[in-house]
Amino acid sequence: MKLEMKDKPGQLIAALKPISDVGGNIMAIIHQRDPAAAPGDTVDVQIMLEIPETKLESLVGTLKTQGVNVVRIGEERLLIRRSVILIGHIMHTDLTDTVDRIDSSGLAEVAELGMVMPAINEPSSAKITLKSASLGEMGRAIDLLRNVATEKDLLVIEPLEGYP
Amino acid sequence: MRIAMLGFGSVGRGIAEAVSTKDLGLTITALADSRSAVIDADGIDIRDVLQRKRETGLCGDPAITADDVIGSGVYDVLVEVTPTNADSGEPALGYITRALASGKHVVTSNKGPIALRYDALMQQAASSNVQLRYEATVCGAIPLIQALEMGLAGNTINGLHGVFNGTCNYILTRMTDEGLSYSQALLEARELGYAEADPTYDVKGIDAAIKLVILANSIWGLNVSLKDVDITGIDSLTTDALALAEELDCTIRLIGEIIPEKRVLKVSPRILSKDHPLVVRDTLNAVTVETDMAGEVTLIGRGAGSRETASAIISDILFIRDCYVERT
Ligand SMILES: NC(=O)c1ccc[n+]([C@@H]2O[C@H](COP(=O)([O-])OP(=O)(O)OC[C@H]3O[C@@H](n4cnc5c(N)ncnc54)[C@H](OP(=O)(O)O)[C@@H]3O)[C@@H](O)[C@H]2O)c1
Repeated sequence: MKLEMKDKPGQLIAALKPISDVGGNIMAIIHQRDPAAAPGDTVDVQIMLEIPETKLESLVGTLKTQGVNVVRIGEERLLIRRSVILIGHIMHTDLTDTVDRIDSSGLAEVAELGMVMPAINEPSSAKITLKSASLGEMGRAIDLLRNVATEKDLLVIEPLEGYP
Repeated sequence: MRIAMLGFGSVGRGIAEAVSTKDLGLTITALADSRSAVIDADGIDIRDVLQRKRETGLCGDPAITADDVIGSGVYDVLVEVTPTNADSGEPALGYITRALASGKHVVTSNKGPIALRYDALMQQAASSNVQLRYEATVCGAIPLIQALEMGLAGNTINGLHGVFNGTCNYILTRMTDEGLSYSQALLEARELGYAEADPTYDVKGIDAAIKLVILANSIWGLNVSLKDVDITGIDSLTTDALALAEELDCTIRLIGEIIPEKRVLKVSPRILSKDHPLVVRDTLNAVTVETDMAGEVTLIGRGAGSRETASAIISDILFIRDCYVERT
């Protein structure tokens, strides 16, 4: 998001604290000061952050009370994460292909993959975290994963809606 | 009020004990098990019958049958607690139909008839001007049907999801807590009497699915059967999968879910945050009902057991007495 704030000491902290208070994760800060600006003028700050969508509104409200104006909220992509667990012969059914089919769908990206290898011939278990831009696309990505899993005789354990 | 009871197993004995030890104003006037029956219009001596059953395996006279009990007419409510048959519903379906036809109220814990013939049975009860109640068929002691019919009256019920099978919940709890394998946890559940010798119905999610069918038909009139439920059990879950869920601060539970609007009717193992209200321990059951006015309402309690199931049966009996029998 792009913020506009008074150019005086402590203002940046005032803007950052509410972000961490709502559990946001600050990824980058771009702070541009106009050399010609007089003290007391406003400055623009761009902050890249990750927060749950539901917290966005209350964050904007808190920032306003701190005297920080939110100029623009960029609809950053891939903010939605969902983890599912797969059980079955995950390696033998071409894990790379499973991941590729998600990645190449354009609906979501496989952000993380954790796998536990059991004894030979026993089914293995894996945790796959998907990142997607919207709930709709995430839903379709999970539908796709479910189809791939059916085809490969893997069990998909999905989160109960809204978690995690 | 007089009750006749078919079935004198775990649930039947729980009911008999409650009737004889608590001052509920109920009298058992007829009783049958699979091979015998006893009828006494003045009231059966329950302590006597319990002892006879313990010593001989019979509750009464082998010459008297369950059908004689139904036809005896010496009761106001028939309590039907014989074994569940999910394919035909029999013999319970026939018993219930005959009692309703002779103008008797019926209370049952038997999922078979209710899951298979909800509409027909309710219509029959209505045309005979009697009540058919089935609180004990879903989630044991939890007053779920009562809450939906009465406590949440006026609400639109948008959906529900919950833990409907205590055996599966016990197995998952033990796999998480102790890192047991699925088969170790199942073995333990059997030794403790939480799982049947043939645990297929429980672990494959069929028992939970039958309960969803009952709820789908009774709450929403969806007119579905077992084959309409998308069912995945817990029998291929691994301890590793539970450990992976743990890394997310989550766990896995067997969840039954109905969302009529999205045509969801599903039993499957799901990932839930550990602090989610449906993450209950051991053999507990839990259900969250989503409503328009009350929001989410979650009920948690014991889903099975002799006394617990008797609690649901007795509350149905007393409801009938207070609302239908003594009113007239
Ligand atoms: N146990 C629970 O926690 C629980 C919870 C919810 C619902 N339920 C349901 O409640 C019902 C009873 O369960 P339960 O645990 O009490 O079962 P149970 O211990 O197996 O007892 C069944 C009883 O029914 C009798 N019976 C069998 N066939 C009969 C017939 N044709 N006519 C008359 N009686 C017959 C048996 O007679 P014998 O004694 O001669 O064998 C026995 O007394 C089942 O439908 C079950 O699914 C049970």
